[in-house]
Amino acid sequence: MDFIAIFSIFILACFVGYFVVWSVTPALHTPLMSVTNAISSVIIVGALIASAAAGSASSKWLGLAAVVMASINIFGGFAVTARMLAMYKKKER
Amino acid sequence: MDFQSILSAAAGEHGLAVNPWAAVAYLVAGVLFILSLRGLSSPATAQSGNRFGMMGMTIAVVTTLVTHVPWKTSDATNSYVGLDLVGIAEILGAIAIGAVIGIVMARRIAMTAMPQLVAAFHSLVGLAAVAVAAAAYLNPQAFGIADAAGQIYTVSRIEMGLGIAIGAITFSGSVIAFLKLNGNMSGAAIMLPGRHIINLGTLAAIIGLVAYFTVDQSPWVFWTVTGLSFLIGFLLIIPIGGADMPVVVSMLNSYSGWAAAAMGFTLGNTAMIITGALVGSSGAILSYIMCRAMNRSFISVFAGGFGADAAASDGGSKEQRPWKPGSADDAAFLMSQADTVIIVPGYGMAVAQAQHALREMGDLLKKEGVTVKYAIHPVAGRMPGHMNVLLAEANVPYDEVFELEDINGEFAQADVAFVIGANDVTNPSAKTDKTSPIYGMPVLDVEKAKTVLFVKRSMGGVGYAGVDNDVFYMDQTMMLLGDAKKMTDDIVKALNGSGH
Repeated sequence: MDFIAIFSIFILACFVGYFVVWSVTPALHTPLMSVTNAISSVIIVGALIASAAAGSASSKWLGLAAVVMASINIFGGFAVTARMLAMYKKKER
Repeated sequence: MDFQSILSAAAGEHGLAVNPWAAVAYLVAGVLFILSLRGLSSPATAQSGNRFGMMGMTIAVVTTLVTHVPWKTSDATNSYVGLDLVGIAEILGAIAIGAVIGIVMARRIAMTAMPQLVAAFHSLVGLAAVAVAAAAYLNPQAFGIADAAGQIYTVSRIEMGLGIAIGAITFSGSVIAFLKLNGNMSGAAIMLPGRHIINLGTLAAIIGLVAYFTVDQSPWVFWTVTGLSFLIGFLLIIPIGGADMPVVVSMLNSYSGWAAAAMGFTLGNTAMIITGALVGSSGAILSYIMCRAMNRSFISVFAGGFGADAAASDGGSKEQRPWKPGSADDAAFLMSQADTVIIVPGYGMAVAQAQHALREMGDLLKKEGVTVKYAIHPVAGRMPGHMNVLLAEANVPYDEVFELEDINGEFAQADVAFVIGANDVTNPSAKTDKTSPIYGMPVLDVEKAKTVLFVKRSMGGVGYAGVDNDVFYMDQTMMLLGDAKKMTDDIVKALNGSGH
């Protein structure tokens, strides 16, 4: 993909992010942070590519280390978000 | 498309870009991430939002695993001879290790410690970004960002340089934020002499070296950028005091997103770019909301030192003013006679772990026919929304919890404002005293309630801003001195005793 195409996606995604995040209720700002934390670990994609590639041992080990770190974040982030969200309850009537 | 051609597509010179199926899958993952944030617009849809996030992540990871299976090549012809089973096991093992650590941490963490956990997670995103950028630098052909001679494309060099710089700043900044939040390091602002010059110099050096990296890809340029970025992360966060932590945590959240986006540019990966942009804007908006809630600018937060010199300037007018002490029994009586009680929790409630006792108190009052509401200031806590989570943990229904602008008008009609562990966010001098360090900060109008019950450890301590609070000395205020949890427990006991 050429740079301009990627850059267009990036700019549009910034606007989507802007409007979506303003619509998040302030009561859920902590879960918002933990879930954004989990999804920003999509960087694991780069880590997996590095781990799978042949040609450089140091690159591969850096990749594997990044896979571990990103996985901690992904599993930990989604799990703690789920744990928090399960606590939010409406008034029983 | 058969498996073999997926493999060879992945081996192609331009990496992912030539495989349209993978590109579509990453786009779907990106859309699911948007939906996951969208779900958080209400507690009713939030759990499904979280599941969208998990689905998106699964799609992104599986797509990458399938398109980048490690395989063996023959040394002579460099052609495909079979799968590298050891390599596959290593990758799956790495994911499993991370999964176990992550899930254990998520299960065990106390809700009061969420800010630390989030800071720790941010540092991991930052370090992972650094590791990925370094791996791409060491093996650029595998990422499809270099020509046959090993020269990395110019655009990729800028993206990579930015990625490693932002990642390293995220890492070291989050480590300091973690240490401060976790109490391993003093929450006070630590001021180095000449720090503005050191910081600006380091930042200029990083920008200059990233620019130079486009013409010279030697290792020393790359690793110097990395080292300086780690350093600036430390330097930037060290002078920031505890009260500004909500801004810092939000801002590091934003950085972790921009780091992911920068790596997304390097790899031409839409899932990473969309996510990075979402997380980057999310963190930026949260930092803006936090700054606005303290009436502070980003610049003043980063200049650091909030609360360090305010106490000194107030020293002249320190005469003893009269205040009224009260007991748990008085408080229980006053609240049980009230029509409406508004509870104002702050960070002190979290420190004392008083949220469960507080909910019990609220339940008993409701049984007596009192209307109980909770008022949350945006910076009441160490991260955005922290109080809401703690109250939710204590089973306070979320429709009894109100934000500042939704409830501020109701204090005038309330019989009792019960302030527990909050101080600066109730200080009326923010509205009237132009010389106050917190002037202009939106505050909860507790002084308008008929009675104010103020739970506080002692009369000596002042809030983070180091300013005295006029609410303490008003006629209708009763100071309940003591530990927040103990005091609330005593009120609960008194309420139980009086009713029956």
